[in-house]
Parts: sequence; structure tokens; C-alpha cells
Amino acid sequence: MTLYADVRVSRGAFDLALDLKIEPGEVVALLGPNGAGKTTALRAIAGLLPVDEGRVALDGEVWDEPPRVFRAPDRRPIGVVFQDYLLFNHLSALENVAFGLRARGVDKQVARGEAMRWLEAVGLASFARARPRSLSGGQAQRVALVRALATSPEVLLLDEPLAALDASTTLHVRAELGQHLGRFEGRTLLVTHDPLDAMVLADRLVIVENGRVVQEGRPTEIARRPRTDYVAQLVGLNLYRGNASGTTVALADGGTITLAEPASGPVHVAFPPTAVSLYVDPPSGSPRNTWPAVVTGIEQHAHTVRVRLSATPTGPETLLADITPAAVADLHLSPGQPLHATLKATEIHTYPS
Amino acid sequence: MSRRRRGTSGRLPLVLLLPALLGLAFLLVPLIGLLAKAPWSTLPSRLFSEDVWQALRLSLLCATLATLICLVLGIPLAWLLARASFPGRVLVRALVTVPLVLPPVVGGVALLLVLGRRGLIGERLDLWFGFSLPFTTAGVVVAEAFVAMPFLVISVEGALRAADPRYEEAAATLGAGRWLTFRRVTLPSIAPGVVAGAVLCWARALGEFGATITFAGNLPGTTTTMPLAVYLALETDPDVAVVLSIVLLLVSVVVLASLRERWISGLR
Repeated sequence: MTLYADVRVSRGAFDLALDLKIEPGEVVALLGPNGAGKTTALRAIAGLLPVDEGRVALDGEVWDEPPRVFRAPDRRPIGVVFQDYLLFNHLSALENVAFGLRARGVDKQVARGEAMRWLEAVGLASFARARPRSLSGGQAQRVALVRALATSPEVLLLDEPLAALDASTTLHVRAELGQHLGRFEGRTLLVTHDPLDAMVLADRLVIVENGRVVQEGRPTEIARRPRTDYVAQLVGLNLYRGNASGTTVALADGGTITLAEPASGPVHVAFPPTAVSLYVDPPSGSPRNTWPAVVTGIEQHAHTVRVRLSATPTGPETLLADITPAAVADLHLSPGQPLHATLKATEIHTYPS
Repeated sequence: MSRRRRGTSGRLPLVLLLPALLGLAFLLVPLIGLLAKAPWSTLPSRLFSEDVWQALRLSLLCATLATLICLVLGIPLAWLLARASFPGRVLVRALVTVPLVLPPVVGGVALLLVLGRRGLIGERLDLWFGFSLPFTTAGVVVAEAFVAMPFLVISVEGALRAADPRYEEAAATLGAGRWLTFRRVTLPSIAPGVVAGAVLCWARALGEFGATITFAGNLPGTTTTMPLAVYLALETDPDVAVVLSIVLLLVSVVVLASLRERWISGLR
């Protein structure tokens, strides 16, 4: 049974129109910047927000189809993990996990036994009596996950499940979440603004900007061939649109890039910031992609320094370059400094737009 | 006084301290006067007289029943005001608080006009069921509930507005219907507000005088609650009035203090 969600919601100036399809066992990540409409889509599928137009259905079982059909959230086979978990503070961890089964009329003892097995599965059996407030962030996240899974939902909805955790716990909890999602036989929708969460946990990414899907595909595909500036920024690539003719691409925003292999027609041109080198003096031997550029920003990353450059009249309008801290010292980099940037043509990736 | 240096935070401006102490005295001096005037020598014998016990029992019974009525009707009303949206909600909300500002005597008159033997509804009750509220213990409960209910409604409504409705959404996604969600999620989360409201409500009902005497009259053993007994005694035997007042004061303080201890602090 496949989940079909054609979600159309209008809220004043904001307008969401998303078409999603999730197969059993599949994990789909809805990835996008804040305010893109990801959570709105999740709420619509959960039934917490009726769609204005469109249709939400699990195969032939229609959940929402205005104006006739609307099935309330408590009558949909779903499990939701909310961003801040929303564990019931007046109930113990065990009672939180048993809540869904109890609401479905399962006998109290049976429900508690089942909830206990779920807590054991995430290593929290000894916290069964603990109140949510006394749990750590990672523990609360796991209780929220098994509370949603305990009712054996057909559709699991995760709203930024790792956003509330601190960096040191995220790594561990993400790996564990991945294992649970791997075992889960239903359909999973993961809403996140973190590309790493999406890349690691999802089988397929759906990227949303301003209420519209801008790109969709497997994580590797998206990481190699971004189609919008937002996606390129997420995966850390320089991305340009232009018109190719032979080995020359005339960029849409002005300037040209020379390719190693010929292409033709409208193309996307992508290359990693590591393919860019910076020099104080014009490099000798004149590589084909050499442009004058001005430093606009310098950021320290783990082992490299990312340099933002602008105003290259003969090349791209803006450019990211990754160089070593040693190179920063050699170049005496500072904002406003004029430099020469060169790009290795062999590291350029071109694909039709 | 020691001349220890203290930060500015520990010092109170005199402009505030003086009226604060004056206010405290204003509240406490009458109570001290009550204790000072008490006929301590004859107190035990007066205290265990049948009249005092009768009035006290009746007061406690009626205030408790009135509070129960307020809980059963007031919590759903508070929920309606906090969560539902319907035309005229602002007006309804204002009307609910009218008994707060209405002189209780006026409330009693209004109750008589509606529930009295010749009243709009009272006439039917009498005609169909041979049942009449005024001048009965049930009438006392009705009068007290009428005056005390706004205290509960306001307190519970405030708690409901402060409660995060997303917990109710979480319950819904777990398969809980609206009634189950209300019982198992909403109500426990607003419990401190409900208890605080019920305590206020009970205290107001216990002290109710105007509406009670107007609507239910003053029949010893049936409608003479403690406040009515105090007023009655003041005209015949002021010493008894003092004794009754002290008993009422003690009961109020003991009940309020113990409830506060057990519930309000325990839930935090």
C-alpha cells in the first residue's frame, strides 16, 4: 500500500503545493529551509490540518479529500514524532509509550507489557517509571520514537526528530534512528532542514522551497547534481546555470566557464570549492578558467577555510573556494582583497537543466 | 541592628514598605480584635452547643456541594470559553463574570425571580414535580454555586489558555478521541488551575451571605449557615457571634492551608 499525498494548503500569502508518494519500507526526507512548508505538509498528512485542495490516501483508503472526506487524526494509522517530542509530563515513560495502545482499547496490562518491550528495544527499560522531565534529550527522543511506533502505524511522520538534541548526542541518536527506520515496514516521512540527517536516514529526498518541490531523487544523485542554489549550498557545491556551446558555457549571470568535455544547450555547471585555487599574482601558463576576484568572506571549517569571492566580470558572479589554513597565511587573506582564482576544468560536472 | 553591608536588592524603598505594613495591619487587626474579644472562659461550652455544630455542618456540606456543582458545570464552561470559537464569545465571557461584581443580594433576588415559587422556572418545578428550591438546603447550595462559579471558571479558563494545545494534537495522533484526550491529557495538565479554582470557589461559597439569605432565608438547621448564624447571633448574643466567627475563621484557614500544602505545592 502506497501513501499518496497531494497536499495543497493556502495561508495568506503562503501557498503549499506538494505531491508525495511513499512506498512501504521507504524513508522519504522532506528537506528545505525554514518556512518552506515542510511541517505544514506533515501536519496535513497527520490530519492535524485539513488540506484545502488535493488528496491524502493510503492506497484506496482516502484520508482527506475536500470537500467530502476528512478522517480525524485519531482515526488514521499514523505515528508522529514531534520536534520537541511532546511527551506527556504527568505520565511515566512507560505510560507514554502505552498511551496509543490504551487509546485503541488494548487492555491495560497488555498495553504496559507491550510498552515495556518497546522501551527494552531502545535500552530504556530501567527508565520505565521515570517522568519525561527527568530524561535526557536523547532518552526523551527514543521514548517519543517508540511511543509513535508502539501502535504499529502504517505511516511514521518525523518532524525534525534530531533538532532538539545537542551535537554530541545527535551522532549516536541519528545512527540509532537509522536502525529503527531500517526495520520499520511502513512508510516514513522525515521532515528536516539538516541535509546530513536527510542524506544519512532517507532513501529518497524531496527538496522543498517556498511551498514547491524543487528537486527530488536519491541522496547521491542530489549531492552530485543540485538544481537550485539552496540545494547546491546544502551539499556544498558551486552551482551555475548557463548555455553550453562546445567547451564554453555562457553563464546566465554573465561570464564564461570553460569545460574539459564539450556540451550543448542549457546546462547546470557544478564543482566543489576544493576545485578552486587562489593566487595573489596571475598564474603563469594561463589555465583556461582564471578570473580576477575579490574576497568577501572567510569561514573556518573543520580542516579547511572557505573563502567567498565576488565580482569576477569574466567568470562566475560569486564563487566559493576551499583552501588550507596554511594557504590563508601565505596569501594574507582579508576581506576586500583582490586575488586570482583558477578552476580545474576536470573537476567540473555538467548536466542538462 | 548589625551594620552589615547589603546589596541594593535587599533594601525596600520606604515608600513601598510603609503602605505594605499598613495594609498588613489593616488585614490582621480585625482578626486580632476578634480573638481579643472572644469570651475565652465560656468558649468551650458555647463551642459545643448544638446550634454551632448544626450551622457548621450545614456550611461545610453546602459549600462542598456547591463546589462540586461548580466543577461539573464550570470546567466544561471554561473549556468552551478557552477553546471553542463562536460568535459572541467575548460577551459570554463577560456575562460569566457578572456574579463576581453583582452584589450577592441582587443575585439572590434574581434567583428568586427565576427559581422562586412564582418564578419563570420555579413555577414549573413546583407545578410538575411539587418541588421548590427557596428556603431549602438545596436552595442554599444553588445560591452559593451561583456566586462562586465565576471563580472556578476564570481560574480554569486561564489554565486552559496557558496549556499547550499541541499535547492534545499528540494525543490525537496516538489515536485518542476528544473525550479521552480531555480526560487523560488536558485535565491532568490543568490540574493545578482546577484545584486553585476549586479552593477559591469553596472559600467563596463558605462565606456566602447575601444571596443565601435572600434566596434561601434563615431557617435554623435547614438554611442557616455559619455566616447567617453570625449575623443572627449579633442581634441577640454578641458573644456567640464572636465564637461562631472564630470557628469559621479556623475552619477556613485549616482547610485552605492543608489543600494548598497537599495539592498546589505537590503538583508543581
